[in-house]
Amino acid sequence: MEMDTNLALVLVLTPFLGFLINVFLGKSLGKTVSGIIGTVAVAISFIVTLVLFNQISSTGKAIQVTLFEWIQISNLKIDLGFLLDQLSVLWLLFVTGIGSLIHLYSISYMHDDENMHKFFSYLNLFVFFMITLVIGSNLLVLFIGWEGVGLCSYLLIGFWHKNQDYNDAAKKAFIMNRIGDLGLLIGMFILGYTFKTLDYSELKQTILTIHYEPQIVWNISIAALCLFIGACGKSAQIPLYTWLPDAMAGPTPVSALIHAATMVTAGIFMVTRLNFVFDLATDVQTVIAIIGAITSLVAATIGLVQTDIKKVLAYSTVSQLGLMFLALGFGAYEVAVFHVITHAFFKACLFLGSGSVIHGLHGEQDMRKMGGLRKAMPITFWTMMISSLAISGVPFFSGFFSKDEILMTAFHHSIPLYVIGSIASIMTAFYMFRLMFLTFFKEFRGTEEQKHHLHESGSLITIPLIILAILAAFGGLISLPGHSWLNEYLAPLFTKVAGEEHHLGATEYSLMGVAVLGGLLGILIAYIKYFKQDNVPESDENITGLSKVLYNKYYVDEAYDALFVAPVNFLSKFFRDYIETGLSALVFGFGKVANEIAIQGKRLQSGSIGLYLFVFVLGMCAIISYIFLAQ
Amino acid sequence: MIHIPDFAHATTVQVLFCFLAFITVITAFLTIFSRNPIHSAIYLVICFFSIAGHYLLLNAQFLAIVHIIVYSGAIMILFLFTIMLMNLNERHQVHRPRITRLGAIVSFCLIVIVLITIFINSKPIVGDYDSTGEDFQSIKVLGKILLNEYMVPFEFASILLLVAMIGTVLLSKKEKLNK
Amino acid sequence: MGNILNQIGIENYIFLCVVLFCIGIFGVLYRRNAIIVFMSIEIMLNAVNLLFVAFSTYHQDAQGQVFVFFSMAVAAAEVAVGLAILVSIFRNLGSISIDNLKNLKG
Repeated sequence: MEMDTNLALVLVLTPFLGFLINVFLGKSLGKTVSGIIGTVAVAISFIVTLVLFNQISSTGKAIQVTLFEWIQISNLKIDLGFLLDQLSVLWLLFVTGIGSLIHLYSISYMHDDENMHKFFSYLNLFVFFMITLVIGSNLLVLFIGWEGVGLCSYLLIGFWHKNQDYNDAAKKAFIMNRIGDLGLLIGMFILGYTFKTLDYSELKQTILTIHYEPQIVWNISIAALCLFIGACGKSAQIPLYTWLPDAMAGPTPVSALIHAATMVTAGIFMVTRLNFVFDLATDVQTVIAIIGAITSLVAATIGLVQTDIKKVLAYSTVSQLGLMFLALGFGAYEVAVFHVITHAFFKACLFLGSGSVIHGLHGEQDMRKMGGLRKAMPITFWTMMISSLAISGVPFFSGFFSKDEILMTAFHHSIPLYVIGSIASIMTAFYMFRLMFLTFFKEFRGTEEQKHHLHESGSLITIPLIILAILAAFGGLISLPGHSWLNEYLAPLFTKVAGEEHHLGATEYSLMGVAVLGGLLGILIAYIKYFKQDNVPESDENITGLSKVLYNKYYVDEAYDALFVAPVNFLSKFFRDYIETGLSALVFGFGKVANEIAIQGKRLQSGSIGLYLFVFVLGMCAIISYIFLAQ
Repeated sequence: MIHIPDFAHATTVQVLFCFLAFITVITAFLTIFSRNPIHSAIYLVICFFSIAGHYLLLNAQFLAIVHIIVYSGAIMILFLFTIMLMNLNERHQVHRPRITRLGAIVSFCLIVIVLITIFINSKPIVGDYDSTGEDFQSIKVLGKILLNEYMVPFEFASILLLVAMIGTVLLSKKEKLNK
Repeated sequence: MGNILNQIGIENYIFLCVVLFCIGIFGVLYRRNAIIVFMSIEIMLNAVNLLFVAFSTYHQDAQGQVFVFFSMAVAAAEVAVGLAILVSIFRNLGSISIDNLKNLKG
């Protein structure tokens, strides 16, 4: 037990130590050293995770570490502790694993930035909070991590804080997340109030053994809904998804680590962690499924016409997260987790690839000014190609298995949602290959100077890409249909018997076929449109019709502006111009009146002692007569 | 009610009281109306002596003597010294505006009327004066009371006098010493 | 020996003291000379003292006389300080008319 505690502490505190070193000493250490420190800190965590993973998958028992009793209020007791079980260690594996790769990548990517040590300290802090979030043994520890990653996300989105747009994007992300966090908090309060504990295992124990009264079921439903709102904020679901595309303002490694692979999956982690709560709230599950499906479709449609390479990937992320929530809504947690993992691989790879492209083009993100990079950047091209194939669901790449399972689950529960998900998948295939064709094929459309400088990125960038591409290609092996290692591994977590075992019958095979055909269809359309016909998306002014609506993201930002921002601005202006003026006038009025009284009253103070005495005697007479004569 | 003494059958005590009261009131008036401050002071001394006589009449010998020592002795000497120090005489008589005099007379009348009205309106005082025959005002008794019951105020009085003395010395110092 | 007040009557003392007190007030209001004002204050104080003694006899109680004793101490202190203030005022202003003391003017 002692050993486990130490391991857990090493796991958590190494990134924090890296953060401390980088934040205080980073500047004097130099760029490369601070980058190496940051990377090594996360790599140590990864190694510890491997040890823990090995231990847990061999024993099958969760490790519960309690550091100390944190809060004790009447009958509510909260410990500061860690829970290392199958789920959290699995999550840790790709958080620290992909985290290490991205740190490695950043050493090269951020080398020209003067604040590199700051970047690494933020990244390390992020990893620290993410680990806290994942291994917390109760909801409050999760909440610490939850807020912490939100903070780091804010810091990293606004990392280039000299650009006001980036700052606005950071603020937007933070505020949107706060809205969700409020939901999470309320959910926590309700759970704590109802069950007098926030500890996962105690909660699970209580909920599984409790006598169901309508009141308690109602409480659980409300709590589940609130928690889902929290997940919506963090994992960018409708209606709180608009921050994620804007968050692409941050450096590309940040987008890869935080806004694709790890932080945005925190919502899914939380829902999976509290599966026993959500299982009881079937209405909320339906809501989750519907919102997930709609999000995936909406984001996919927006992604169809975006021209910024990172925006396409961002909407793709939102869309994929929608698919994961679709699976969560059906109670297929292991399926969602599977997709989280494969998605983490291929999306991180895609982001890092796009980063490599952007790096090669010195900051150019517009796909209309790319093209023909295949020859100049072969490694980037091939790794991204593999990942695109994976995300499009081409057979035997990882995305094929995970996406297929989600769609299959959807098919078993609800045909309309299945259709929506399938359409979103076809669109995914289309826009991913649109991205690929626009970026890597045909002729280069940028400036001559850029063309002159085109080159493959350094090995620090390509090595993580290659590793991630390999994972993206073969990651699906962890959960093959019919014989799923992942499902068995995660089985102890879930209360109900792990879904209906997918018998690989005719239906399933035909579904698979449909999905594959859909994916290929999307790729084919993209091929025809952007390779055969050599189309390049119109410049901003010439976009018309439906694509204009899509290009402007359904005007959701504008709608939010009109619905929330504008009224608030109007109110604040109103208060500033009228209410505050009035109040000031009132306050100053009191002052003026008092002043005037004082000026007039000053004249009474003539300074003549004779007069004072006279008035004094008169007053004395009045008092005496009042006392003695006024009976 | 005001008891008009019947002079025909007046006892010695009553005659003495009337005489002393007359002197007291007259000299008090003269104190106020004298133009020369020195005269005022002299009249005030006489006034104080007559009050001491009242004390004697009331058999408060200790107080009478203290009164003479403190007022006629100390305080009046202080007044006289001050007057002489400032070399005040009629030349320094300050101008009194008419309004001041009018105000003074009005308030004087007012307060006299008020007090007399109260006096008349109050309940008749019990005419029966008890006499326990106990000794309550000899020096011995007063001393015991002062140093037993009123020990602390007595000490405070001494501190007060000390402070007053220091203050007076400080105030009377020449200004240039401070500069 | 009996109570002396049997022969004089407390009313007469009260009356005398009221008159004396009013004379004091009148003096304070009427005169501008600060020294005379002080003397008037002394007259008022003495009026009250006399009344104390009269009532002390009336009640056959020494407390009144003790109070007079303290009042004398206060009066002595007051006169000493007051006259010292007057002296310094005279030194600064060359006059002791209370009309010249306008420093309280607001």
